[in-house]
Amino acid sequence: MKFSISWLKEHLDTDASLNEIVDAMTMAGLEVEAVEDPAEKLAAFSVAKCVGAQKHPNADRLQVCTVETKDGVKQIVCGAPNARAGIWVIYAPVGSYVPGIDVTLKKAKIRDVESLGMMCSARELEAGDDHDGIIELAGDDWEIGGEAAAALGLNDPVIDFEVTPNRPDWLGVRGIARDLAAAGLGTLKPDTFGKVAGGFDCPVEIKIDAPEACPAFAGRVVRGVKNGPSPEWLQQRLLAIGLRPISALVDITNYLSYDRDRPLHVYDVAKLSGPIRARWGNAERFEALDGKEYDVTSAMCAIADDERVLGLGGVMGGTYSGCTDGTTDVLIECAYFDPKITRATGRATGIESDAKYRFERGIDPASLESGLDAATQMVLELCGGEASHAVMAGKPPTFERTIEFPVSEVKRLTGLDLEPTEIASILQRLGFGGEMSGATWQVSVPSWRGDAAGKADLVEEIARIYGFDKLPQVSLRRAPGAVKPLATPLQNRARLGRRALAGVGYLDAVTWSFCARDDAALFGGGSDDLVLANPISSELDCMRPSALIHLVRAAQRNADRGVADLSLMEIGPVYHNDSPDGQRLSLAGVVRSNPRRHWAGTRTVDVFDIKGDVQLALSAMGAPVGNLQISDQTSAYWHPGRSGALRLGPKVLAEFGEIHPGILAKMGIDGPLLGFEIWPEAMPARRAKAGRSKGAQNKSDLLPLARDFAFVVDADLPAETLVRAAKGADKVLIKDVNLFDVYAGKGVEEGKKSLAIEVTIQPIDATLTDAQIDVLSKAIIAKVEKATGGVLRG
Amino acid sequence: MDDTQKLEDEITAAIAGASDEAALEAVRVDALGKKGRVSLLMRGLGKMTPEERQIAGPALNALKTRLNDLIAARKEALVELALNARLATEKVDISLPARERPMGSIHPVSQVMDEVAVIFGDMGFAVAEGPDIEDDFHNFTALNFPPDHPARDQHDTFFLNEKEDGSQMVLRTHTSPVQIRTMVTAVERAKKAGTDLEPIRIIAPGRTYRCDSDQTHTPMFHQVEGLVIDKETHMGHLKGCLTDFMATFFETEVSTRFRPHHFPFTEPSAEMDIGYARKDGQILIGQGDDWMEILGCGMVHPNVLTSVGIDPDIYQGFAFGMGIDRLAMLKYGIPDLRDFFAADARWLKHYGFSPLYQPNLATGLSS
Repeated sequence: MKFSISWLKEHLDTDASLNEIVDAMTMAGLEVEAVEDPAEKLAAFSVAKCVGAQKHPNADRLQVCTVETKDGVKQIVCGAPNARAGIWVIYAPVGSYVPGIDVTLKKAKIRDVESLGMMCSARELEAGDDHDGIIELAGDDWEIGGEAAAALGLNDPVIDFEVTPNRPDWLGVRGIARDLAAAGLGTLKPDTFGKVAGGFDCPVEIKIDAPEACPAFAGRVVRGVKNGPSPEWLQQRLLAIGLRPISALVDITNYLSYDRDRPLHVYDVAKLSGPIRARWGNAERFEALDGKEYDVTSAMCAIADDERVLGLGGVMGGTYSGCTDGTTDVLIECAYFDPKITRATGRATGIESDAKYRFERGIDPASLESGLDAATQMVLELCGGEASHAVMAGKPPTFERTIEFPVSEVKRLTGLDLEPTEIASILQRLGFGGEMSGATWQVSVPSWRGDAAGKADLVEEIARIYGFDKLPQVSLRRAPGAVKPLATPLQNRARLGRRALAGVGYLDAVTWSFCARDDAALFGGGSDDLVLANPISSELDCMRPSALIHLVRAAQRNADRGVADLSLMEIGPVYHNDSPDGQRLSLAGVVRSNPRRHWAGTRTVDVFDIKGDVQLALSAMGAPVGNLQISDQTSAYWHPGRSGALRLGPKVLAEFGEIHPGILAKMGIDGPLLGFEIWPEAMPARRAKAGRSKGAQNKSDLLPLARDFAFVVDADLPAETLVRAAKGADKVLIKDVNLFDVYAGKGVEEGKKSLAIEVTIQPIDATLTDAQIDVLSKAIIAKVEKATGGVLRG
Repeated sequence: MDDTQKLEDEITAAIAGASDEAALEAVRVDALGKKGRVSLLMRGLGKMTPEERQIAGPALNALKTRLNDLIAARKEALVELALNARLATEKVDISLPARERPMGSIHPVSQVMDEVAVIFGDMGFAVAEGPDIEDDFHNFTALNFPPDHPARDQHDTFFLNEKEDGSQMVLRTHTSPVQIRTMVTAVERAKKAGTDLEPIRIIAPGRTYRCDSDQTHTPMFHQVEGLVIDKETHMGHLKGCLTDFMATFFETEVSTRFRPHHFPFTEPSAEMDIGYARKDGQILIGQGDDWMEILGCGMVHPNVLTSVGIDPDIYQGFAFGMGIDRLAMLKYGIPDLRDFFAADARWLKHYGFSPLYQPNLATGLSS
């Protein structure tokens, strides 16, 4: 919403400076977005008088002028045809910057004649388009040295501010003035408009057939008007805020729309046939003032006569019945249109208009008669004519609201200790009334403040006008006593996993939660319920089923930029359906191994490095890594032979491996790429225990001993089966089983392989005898052979 | 005794002259071995008179001890010489490049989320979470956005495909739905236990979405929500809490300003500005006469409390919401929001943090 300071001062009696006005607005909740002060640009220029002009001795088109300025009498060479003695001009001194020609003036010699400054045209000052000659100020009532901005009528700063949806009354300058007056910036002037009595019955009948959309329509005819350009002051006002003056009748409606948030419409009576009515649309078409044709549906409010639709109620009028310079009789409409229907019509047609913007936010329902009178008064003043009696079809919604207000609410919600008289005074300055005494007040709400619905709204008004800066400031302390963990176990897991992996080289990334639907489908997603209805682009139109998608793409982007060896990870959500339970936290990583050559030999990362990273992360996150089972059954986007899943019972804690080369090919990604996905939510909760004690350390002074075994087993036997069997041979004495060799080839039968393990045995109470070790060895061999079907390698 | 002296001199010289352990052993055998020269002299003791033996015996024993000591000392010296000689052959060019083990980095959003959690944790706030895909009730209606109200227009909402019943899920446009979920859970817990509502203090960091993309807007960004509900927290606490937060977060005194504003879910509502100055193209937070908007806040609207079954005449409190990405940009001088989500390794390394910098107040929030 834009308004100029001069317009504001029509309603607000104040001496405040521009800065004071801006500050007061800011602190009252009117958030200023821009201030345009044309005077700033013109500060260097001043009023001067040309007292002499003689032909330049060396140039036909130039004159040498004598100019009385604030800096004394100056000689100025001027090429303007209208430069002559006796005119009042705008003077630009040496050293000033002239914006229209982008020049900073210097002392000059023009064709050997000294010239000290310049007399400016409107275009040179960017104060208009005129460049036929220098500015001549009209009349003789000027003072040398007067401000150019004032002389040119350009000393009217314009403020643009954000109108929050709860305050439609700020869409009128008078509403702004009321709040600023309440905030102590001046006094609200009495309204200059009064009642207008008509002289004859309104010749146009007004009917309402759609009371839900248009509950009330006030109108009257002014006959014998003379339309044409509106007066200079009105045009200036509209131009200052970016509105184009059209004709007096139209300008009046725009003026009142901004002056008091009172949208209006005017019809040329000569174009009307029969009564005018507010009715539902009926699959018609109509041409609006923006020159476009629209379908008028049965959900829209049409203003129509017997022949045609004349306008979309509350949204936009039509070209047919618009007022022109030839209009002599005018029908003024001052109606109430329903906010929701107005909004729906605006959305269906795509029309953004000042009227729609106001009606959808809600117009003061008590403004119909006074608004009609104000418009009539302006029409009579600017266009002459004779007004009919006003008629009101329908009845505007009644607004009567009283809020029961325990005045103690102010202290309860804000901490402010205010005298009741102060509270009452603030409310009254804002237009609130009612009974303001005792512990609980009965506060009546003015008709333009539909947003004020309850006690808290009144508290806000009081705190806002009194000043948020004067509220107390109290630090918030945690409650005394023991502090329970403030983060959930899942949050802690995520944090630990992230930092553990970053510790071993992964770069923590954050990528979009949405991806291309085609990519989602490759990673097991892309279902209908996860597709966006209004995506920002087709690349981001579906909620991602896996964080791998963007990491894979990012790995390629990085490689294209020369970073071909990198480890990326992300902790974030993935989505299986649109319910709260369908969202899952994932810790995903992607590795492209392309290490630089090293003088001591280079090794690329393989799936067992990734397995190690996954185990490191799981361990950091508190998962029982030793108890997890490995499986080669993984999701379809992994390489079927080079991927694994770590499970705990039925729960998959992680999958890792090479990403399926076929999928990379479909995505246009250079492989191979390794990756993993960890599911922190699948981890078992830590068992609750009393206290933080770690328990006693199980330490033995007895030396552990190691024994090696090799078994020949089927080539496709998972090594994990053998290791597990060996461990199971004696759960007390066997501390660790390390698989250190895998061999197939000469000496081992086709279809078989040899696996060698080192078993670490930790005696508990006493050193083991040879016999005891022998028994243990036999147990290990038996257990492994039974579990694997293999045999001890001789 | 001249002969003995001569023998000792000879053997001593031989020990000193032994160039390795084998030569030294030969000297030892020659002197002290079974048939060694000293051993033979010792054997001669038996043929002596007791008087002679009394003099020669201790002298020979002393000689044997001296020689043994010399041999041992020489042996130690030879071992050291041999080691030095071997080490001299084992020298590497230590200036060759290492096998590097580079650390990764923590994303600024992750780091700042941890910082924020630490600061509010110190004030007793727990961390709550909620889903990114929300229904209309949690994202709007329960937060006092009436259906079909212009206030919804400001949110540039992402919608998911319409369901069969005509409803549409949305991507949450703010973290405020977590307020609703937290309060609903607290109310249910109190009801079940038959107790009063326990005081609520939570922050809810997370991903948020708006259908908007330009230099300063990305379709996904991060917010942190705050909510305090009890029987006495008023707007003065809101001012104190957030002012304290800014000073702790930016690790400097920060001037603050609260301006009235409008949010459907708070009343009174405010926006908070922080003071800053621009110097040599950089933004200095906390100093200067310029103000920048940093967050929205206010007292929780009675309609919101009512919508979750909390009596607004008994309970009260405040809520706030601010952008994590923006906090990170301001504190750490990160120029462009769009880079946050590009996973560019060079950017992640430059703007990221060491994983060992786990923010905490004891050692300094950011180092």
